[in-house]
Formats: sequence, C-alpha cells, structure tokens
Amino acid sequence: MELSPPIKQKTQIFLEAVEKKGSFLVAIGEYMQLIIAVALATIRCPPSFRLIRNQLYDIGVSSLPVVAITGFSTGLVLAAQSFYQLSDKGLASVTGIMVAKAMITELGPVLTAFMVTGRVGAAMCAELGTMRVTEQIDALQTMAINPHRYLIAPRFIAGTFMMPLLTVFSIVMGIFGGYLISVFFFSMSPSAYFDPMPEHITLFDLFTGIAKSYVFGAFIMTISCYKGLSTSGGAAGVGRATTNCVVVAYCCILLSNFFLTIALNVIRDKISLFL
Amino acid sequence: MIKIRNLWKKYDKTQVMEGLDLDIQTGETIVILGRSGVGKSVLLKHIIGISKPDAGSIHVNDDCITDLSGAELYQAVHQMGMLFQGAALFDSMNVEENTAFYLTEHGDPKTGKPYSKKELDELVAHALEMVGLAGTQKKMPSELSGGMRKRAGLARLIVYRPSILLYDEPTTGLDPITALHINELIVKTQKELKATSIVVTHDIFSALYVGDRLALIDGGKIVCIGDPDTFLKFDHPIIEFLRKTLLQDPRSFRKEADGKSK
Repeated sequence: MELSPPIKQKTQIFLEAVEKKGSFLVAIGEYMQLIIAVALATIRCPPSFRLIRNQLYDIGVSSLPVVAITGFSTGLVLAAQSFYQLSDKGLASVTGIMVAKAMITELGPVLTAFMVTGRVGAAMCAELGTMRVTEQIDALQTMAINPHRYLIAPRFIAGTFMMPLLTVFSIVMGIFGGYLISVFFFSMSPSAYFDPMPEHITLFDLFTGIAKSYVFGAFIMTISCYKGLSTSGGAAGVGRATTNCVVVAYCCILLSNFFLTIALNVIRDKISLFL
Repeated sequence: MIKIRNLWKKYDKTQVMEGLDLDIQTGETIVILGRSGVGKSVLLKHIIGISKPDAGSIHVNDDCITDLSGAELYQAVHQMGMLFQGAALFDSMNVEENTAFYLTEHGDPKTGKPYSKKELDELVAHALEMVGLAGTQKKMPSELSGGMRKRAGLARLIVYRPSILLYDEPTTGLDPITALHINELIVKTQKELKATSIVVTHDIFSALYVGDRLALIDGGKIVCIGDPDTFLKFDHPIIEFLRKTLLQDPRSFRKEADGKSK
C-alpha cells in the first residue's frame, strides 16, 4: 500500500527523530564507555609522570593569564555593580562579602570552567581530532600503545587536578580586583572590604567552589577527549567536533552547576541540623 | 602464518567484506589489489586489531586476533607494524622522536629493558640511514615531503623489527622515482627482517615489484590469488584491465574513450 505524501513525510520526520534520539543514546553510551576504559587503563597501568607533567603545564600554567584576567575583571565589575546598587541603601559595606561570596561559590568555578573549556578543551579536542583523522591514534595502537592510557588519562588527571587550583587563583584575583576598585575608586577602607568576610564566608562555601571545579574539570576533560576521539570527516570534521565539544561542555557546566548548587545547599542544611 | 576465515564487515549500509578467506605464509610478501572502497585497508586494520569484524576470525601465529582485547591484544600486536597511507607520523614529535617512539615506550622488544640515550640514538640513526633519511633527526613531520614522510614512517616501523609488516598504499601520491625507492625499501626491509609483509596498493607496478603473491579483492572476497605470473593470467575484468595498463600505451585508453564519446 502506497502512503500519501503528507503521511510519508511525517513518517520520515518521525523516523529521523527516532534515529537522532538513538544516536544521542549511543553517544552517551560511548562516552560512559570511554570513562570506564580510561579508569581501567589508569588503574592497571598508570600513565608516566612525564606525560602528566606536560599536561599539568599545558592545562594549568598556560591557563593562568586568561584565568587571572577573567577573575580580576569579574571582581572589578562585581564590586562596582554591588557598590552602585547598594550604597544608596546604606549597604556599601557588604560589597566585599558580595564579591567574595559570588566569586567563591559561583562565578569563580563557572567562569574558570568556561575559560578552560575555551582555551584547553577546544585545543585538546582539535588535537585529538586531528590525530584521529590522520590515523595517528591508529598508529599508536599498532605500536601496542593504549591511547586511553597514553593520551586521555594524563589529560584527565592533570585537568581534574588543575581545575580547583585555577579556580582558587581566579577567586583570589576576583577578590583582589574588587578590593582595588572598592578602596581606590569608591574610597572604602580596606578593613570595611575585608573585615566582614570571615563572619559570612564559611569553609563550606570554599568547599562548594572546589567541589564544583572538580566536577567541571572532569566534564571538560572527558567531553573534549570523547569529542576528539570520535572525530571523523577530515578537517571539517575536526571543526565540527571542536564546536560541539565547546557547546556540550558549556551546557554540562551550566546544568551541573544548578544541580550541584541545590545538592550542596541541601547537604549544608542537613549538616547544620546535626551541628 | 596468518589465517583469515569467513570475515564479514559492514559500515553503515555498506557491506565491505562478505566472507573473506585468506592464508598468508610466514616470510612471504603478499600484495592485496582491488578498487577503491573494497576494503583493502579495512582488512589490514582487522589483521592488526584496530577494527573488529562482524563475523569471522583472524589467526596470527597462535593468537586469534579477533577474540583478543585490551592488554592481550596489545601483547599480540607487538609482533606487527603498520605503515599508514599518510605515514601517520606524530605531529608533535620530530623525526628522531617519532622513530624512537616504540623503543622509548616499550624498551628492548625482546627483554623490555629500557634503552640508554646512546643506544637509542644509534638504533634511530641506523633505521634512518636504512631508509635514506640520515641527518633528518631534528626535522618536524611538517618539514618533510610526502616521500620523506613515508620513509620516516618506515624507519619508525623497522626500528623495532616486527615479524609482520603491513603497508597501506605505500606508493600512493608519490612520483614514480620515489615510488620505486619505496618499493626497493619494502623489498630490502623484508629481506633484512625476514618478515611477513602484506602490501595494499592500487599500483600494479609496485605490486609486481614487491609481491611474492598477488590477491584481488572484489565484492568483499578474494577472487583471484597467485604468484605474479599466475595472477596476470586470471580471467577477471580488473585483471584484464591491469594487463592492458602494463602492456598498452596509456594514450590508447584516451583514444578508446574519445571513440566511445563520439
């Protein structure tokens, strides 16, 4: 029986949607498989320190300038906005707390993750993607080298180790930026900026920022490596994979940030009930 | 000995292999010929364990490559080496580092003992000299021509003396003189290492130069196989065309095509 054109078209759209959904699930499965394979390869035979050291430098040290600029400028803007919005209500003294709290719990981890995605994740994806399309990864395998252990594990270890450090650096730069503008532009006294902080910034806030940065680091590294390794289609494919990598990583960072914020605050409330 | 039995492989909607069988004797050089997209390179990737078939088996000596995975597969792969079509040199490493890569990572292929810097330098220099690239140690892959890249890829292969060598279109994209040099190197390497060599190519001249036996893949199977003389006598349209290319002036093909278009 021949289907009428509108039904045929709708069937086609439905089948395409099913296929797309199927490929999305396949991608999730492959991504999970990659994480397990990397974990197993790392446990069975850890990558050499030389490889991890090179990645620590690439991911961490090379990212310092961009993270510093991001943190510093965010601190400047945050302090200026807080001061302008709050000074006429007599709340200028909370500028320091506003900057520190926002930088430690939200802006520090998220903006650092964005910067690392743009600078490190994209480069990592493009590098691995190029290696994939030029058969360099196949060449590794033909020389009995496990690419998960040689290429992915060092990046994952270095990335998750460096992200919290970069985040702390960004937070410090943000608070410093806020301090500069508050003291030298708005004529606040240094003590008015810093003194309320110990009372309102808790260790749990710091834990929140660090925990988020670990999760973001793991997302950035695994997504970049997965997208890089699954690249196909030559130079255009590398471009597509890199764009996808950045978009997916940004989405994962933003979504996981929401769930982490809720989860960590629930945990804090539970803990405070026991204390 | 390499035994390939009933190999099936499908990519998306294309059935590349349809029950391919092939036996390769130890120490011989076999050349696999066939049109583009018939699965010649895919076959090599299956032999070295990079790809897995949908069905069928590949036995390399005592190892069933298709059943192995993880550490066992990597252990079995140590005896093999592959020269890729684009050489697949590591972009971030110079020629010396590329050539020494296997030895740096695994040490002595027999004992696993790490090499000293001096030993590595000597082995690399010898391998590069063998392929005519002496003195290029510090060059980056981007500074090399196509022929030089292939030779550097070959040096990276022969430095660890594998007993099975796989060549994926070694002369493609090279000028005839460089292609001849690569063919000479394949024969020289085979003699020096006494290795089993599997060469995938479109180039009938290269195939006849290096091959002890020639095999033709068509329709996902080996359809003709034999020593060069026997191979060229098979009654198959592709072999007939190959015979013509060897004997006929290429301009006659142009005349034939012009005649058809009129």
